[in-house]
Amino acid sequence: MNMSVGWVFFYLLVFPGFLFTSVVGLLYTWVDRKVTARIQFRVGPPLLQPFYDFFKLLGKDTFVPEGAPRSIFLGAPLIGLASVSVLSTVLLVSNLFPGQAFAGDLIVVLYLFAFVPIVLILGASSSSNPISALGASREMSLYLAYELPLLFALATIIVKSGGLLKIGDLLQWQWTNHPFLYSASGALAFVSAFLCMQAKLGFVPFDIAEAEQEIMGGITLEYSGPVLAVLKLTKAMLYFTVSIFLTVFFWGGFRSPREGWYHILGWLKPLAIIVLIILIKNTNPRLRIDQALRFFWSIVLVLSIAGFILATVGL
Amino acid sequence: MLKKLKKAALARSLWIYHVAASPCNNCDIEILDLLTPRFDVERFGLLLAASPRHADLLLVTGMVNKKVLDRVLRVYAQIPKPCVVAAVGSCAISGDLFVDSYNFAGPLDKHIPVDVYIGGCPPKPEAMILGVMRAIEKLKKLKDL
Repeated sequence: MNMSVGWVFFYLLVFPGFLFTSVVGLLYTWVDRKVTARIQFRVGPPLLQPFYDFFKLLGKDTFVPEGAPRSIFLGAPLIGLASVSVLSTVLLVSNLFPGQAFAGDLIVVLYLFAFVPIVLILGASSSSNPISALGASREMSLYLAYELPLLFALATIIVKSGGLLKIGDLLQWQWTNHPFLYSASGALAFVSAFLCMQAKLGFVPFDIAEAEQEIMGGITLEYSGPVLAVLKLTKAMLYFTVSIFLTVFFWGGFRSPREGWYHILGWLKPLAIIVLIILIKNTNPRLRIDQALRFFWSIVLVLSIAGFILATVGL
Repeated sequence: MLKKLKKAALARSLWIYHVAASPCNNCDIEILDLLTPRFDVERFGLLLAASPRHADLLLVTGMVNKKVLDRVLRVYAQIPKPCVVAAVGSCAISGDLFVDSYNFAGPLDKHIPVDVYIGGCPPKPEAMILGVMRAIEKLKKLKDL
């Protein structure tokens, strides 16, 4: 499909790219904090709290630590923000307008997802703070731990659909047959991808790289002011993007060509996934890095490979 | 306009960093009470920050002695401005019964600018919430940050 350059910029910057994703992402962090508060029998923050936090951070000073390369330390969060914007645009456009997807956008999505931890590692290890460096090394190990099960989970649905590599085609397959989640192999793939995404977001039980009580925020330790705001915004946008990712690849997308109420109900799917993530987050203690590695390389990897094998025999 | 937004946002989202400057730990336990379901200061946007670089509100407890003074000054320097400082408990305000101690370094406001004084030994959580509200009011009245 041919799109004019103006539309591409509109998609990237306004809807469904940067602006839309950041607003919804910040609202998602409010949902996160509110549900967490309700689970602990607290009242929780007001609706606009994430926006107050964001604008407050924009108005504060920024420190660049002595010995940190300025360009990498300050540039890394911006690259992260840009990659998450593109990522959410690709995912949302492929669901809203399936015809406008390009060949191999699934591979692009995978690479853009890999960008976020890489950028965090880059920023943290350039900050010349030993505790940040510790956080960076943990983030790296965690990334190595969850990447392989995630790839197997995606390979499962590709095999299941008969080798489709376009997100639009995968959605079309789910609309004509059934969402991958409702088959044995797809369910296994969903569970492993879900756990990988929990680790990708850096949430409890996999918040080892940030571990506030232990290494003082780890990878974000040295960031302050507007740069921290960019990091928080990236995190919020990633939150939204992850829920869209799981919905699109395993649950038939948030928007299907069926008519009526289904249009509105479809947007509740990402929200349901988020609530599940929050519940897991609030009912589990933090793992150590070796426990997390063992968990991903034994249980989750076995789950995803089992799903893959089931998919090859057509279940 | 932009300054107004900045001020309004700061007043609604103070992140706390808490320095224990040789306290008896009683004030610190009362500070943690603020986050419990009974008081829940997250209603007002207050959160515990992991690092002083994320913080806006510095809570100092304890009588500041000569050894810990350097650390308090360093943490204060590491907080990105604008920020608010609160002296929590009688010790941080005046030294209380340690005034005559050989290593008492003087009340906190001798060393860093203190915005709010929260008295008590230890102050009740209600008193701390009142203190934080005073800090927020003070922030709102400031001409510029």
